Amino acid sequence: MENTVNLNEQYILELKDVSVSYTPGKNAVNMVNANIRENTVTAIMGPSGCGKSTLLRAINRMHELYPEIETTGEILLKGKNIFDMNPMKVRRLAGMVFQRPNPFPTMSIYDNVIAGYKLNNIKLSKTERDEVVESSLRSVALWDEVKDSMNKKGTFLSGGQQQRLCIARALALKPELLLMDEPTSALDPISTNRVEELIFELKKEYTIVIVTHNMSQAARLSDNSMFMYLGELVEYGTTKQMFTKPKDKRTEDYLTGVFS
Amino acid sequence: MKKKKRLTSTAKYRLTKSKIFFFAVCTLSAITMVPLFLILWELVKKGYKQFNLNLFTEVAPTSMEAMLARISDSPIPGGILNGITGTLLILAIAIIIAIPVGIMVGVYLAENPKKRMAGFVRSLSDLLQGIPSIVIGVVVYIWIVIPMSGYSALAGSIALAIMMLPMIIRSTEESIKMLPTSLKEAGLALGGSYTTVVLRVLLPSAFSGLFTGSLLAISRVMGETAPLLVTALGASTVNWDATNPTSAISLLIWEFYNDPNLANLVWSSSLLLLLFVLGINLFAKSIAKKWKIQ
Repeated sequence: MENTVNLNEQYILELKDVSVSYTPGKNAVNMVNANIRENTVTAIMGPSGCGKSTLLRAINRMHELYPEIETTGEILLKGKNIFDMNPMKVRRLAGMVFQRPNPFPTMSIYDNVIAGYKLNNIKLSKTERDEVVESSLRSVALWDEVKDSMNKKGTFLSGGQQQRLCIARALALKPELLLMDEPTSALDPISTNRVEELIFELKKEYTIVIVTHNMSQAARLSDNSMFMYLGELVEYGTTKQMFTKPKDKRTEDYLTGVFS
Repeated sequence: MKKKKRLTSTAKYRLTKSKIFFFAVCTLSAITMVPLFLILWELVKKGYKQFNLNLFTEVAPTSMEAMLARISDSPIPGGILNGITGTLLILAIAIIIAIPVGIMVGVYLAENPKKRMAGFVRSLSDLLQGIPSIVIGVVVYIWIVIPMSGYSALAGSIALAIMMLPMIIRSTEESIKMLPTSLKEAGLALGGSYTTVVLRVLLPSAFSGLFTGSLLAISRVMGETAPLLVTALGASTVNWDATNPTSAISLLIWEFYNDPNLANLVWSSSLLLLLFVLGINLFAKSIAKKWKIQ
C-alpha cells in the first residue's frame, strides 16, 4: 500500500491506455500510456493530425462538449481518476491555454483574470480579488504593462499580451497542471519569445504539458518530450535523449525533417 | 516616347458593359429610397399642422368635438396620448413575454444545431413568421379574450409577442453561432458550468446581436393593427391596467380613418408612429455598429 501512495505522489498525471475516437472504431489517439512528474515541462510533438491536441484535450475532459467523441482508458490526476471527478473540478485543476488568444471580449482585463472565480461562483472579497489579479498578472509579467488600464477590454491588448492574459486567467485558479495547446502558433516571434520565457519561469511552480509542432520550441522549453504519430505515442523520454539519440526510426525521421 | 495604349475591341466591350451595369445598380439603389421619402414627405405635408404638443398630452377627441372644431374652422383639439401610452403598455408586456422565451429558444437552437428537435423548432419558428397577423389575432381572441371575458392590453401583448418570437429566435441563434467556439471552450476550461458559461460568456458576447434583433422585432410589431383590433380593442382614455381594453397608436389611426370628422388626425398620428419605428431602427443600427465585438 505504501508503495502505491508514493507512486501516486511521484506522478502528477498518469495516462493509462488512453484512446480517443471521433468516429466509432477509429481512434484518433490510440492506447497512450505515459506518466508526468510534477514541475516539469512536457512537450507533445508530432505532425499535423497526429492526435496531440486531441490527447491534451482529453486531460481536462474538453471532449465531453461533443457527444460524438469517445474517450476510454484512465487518466489519473494526482492519483485520482478524472472520470470519477466532477468535470468542472477537473478543468479547474488542469488549466488550459488555447492556440489563439481568447480573452472574453465583453470583460475588462481585471474581469478576465478573475473570470474563473466568477464562472465558478466563488465569492471573493475585494482585497482577495485584487490580490489574485495582481499575483496572476505578475506571474505572467503583464502587471507593469496593464496596471493602469485594468478597466480596458481584454481585446484591447496586443496578441502576445492577450495570450499572456489568457495564461494569467488560467493561473488565477491555481491549477495543478497547465495544458497549453500550441500557445505561440498565432503569435509573432517577439511575443513567442516572451511566452517561452514565461513558461520557463512557470515551471518552478506548475506542471506544464505543451503541444507544439515547432521542434526547436520543444527542444528549448521541455524537460521531457512525447512524439506522436498517427494517434500513437511513438516515443516518450527526456528531451535531451530524444533529440540526440531517438530510439524509434520514425522519431528520428521526423526530427531530421524526413517528414513533417 | 510614350506609346498610347490601344484597347482591343473586347476590352472596350467589357468596359462599356461594366459601366452600364454600374449605372444600373446605382439607379436601382436610388429608386429603392424613393418610396420612403415620398411617404415621409406625404405625412409631413399633411400632418405637420396637427403635429404639436397636444398630440402627446391629450387623449383622442370624440367625433363630436372634432365636428364642432371643423364647423368653427379651428384645428381639431386633442391628441393621441391614450394611443401612445397604450402602445407603450402593450409593447412592454409583449417584450417581457417574448424576449426571454425567444432568447432561450435561440440559445437552444444555436447550441444543439443537429438535434432533430432543434430542426423541428427552427422550421416551426419560420412558419410562425409567415402566419398572417390577423390570424394570430383571432386565435388569441379565442385563447385569451373569451376566457377573460373581455378585451385587454394583455391579449394584445400576447398576440404581438407571438409575432415577435420568430425574429428574436433567429437573431439570437445567428448571433450566438457567430461567436468563435474558443470562447465557449475558454469558459468551460476555467471550470464554469454550462449554464454559467452561456449566461456570463456567450450571451454578453452576443449582446449587440440580441439587442438589435429585439429592437427590430419591436419596431416590426409596433405598427400592427389587425391583431390589436380583435384583442386590445381600443379605449378613449389613458389606461395602464393590462386587463382592460387599451388603445394603441395604430388603432387610433384606424379609428380616425373610419370617421370623416377625425380623418385629418390620421396624418399626424401616422407621422408619429413612423418616426417611432424609424427611430428604433436607426437606434438598433447604431447599437449594432457600436457594440460590435471584434
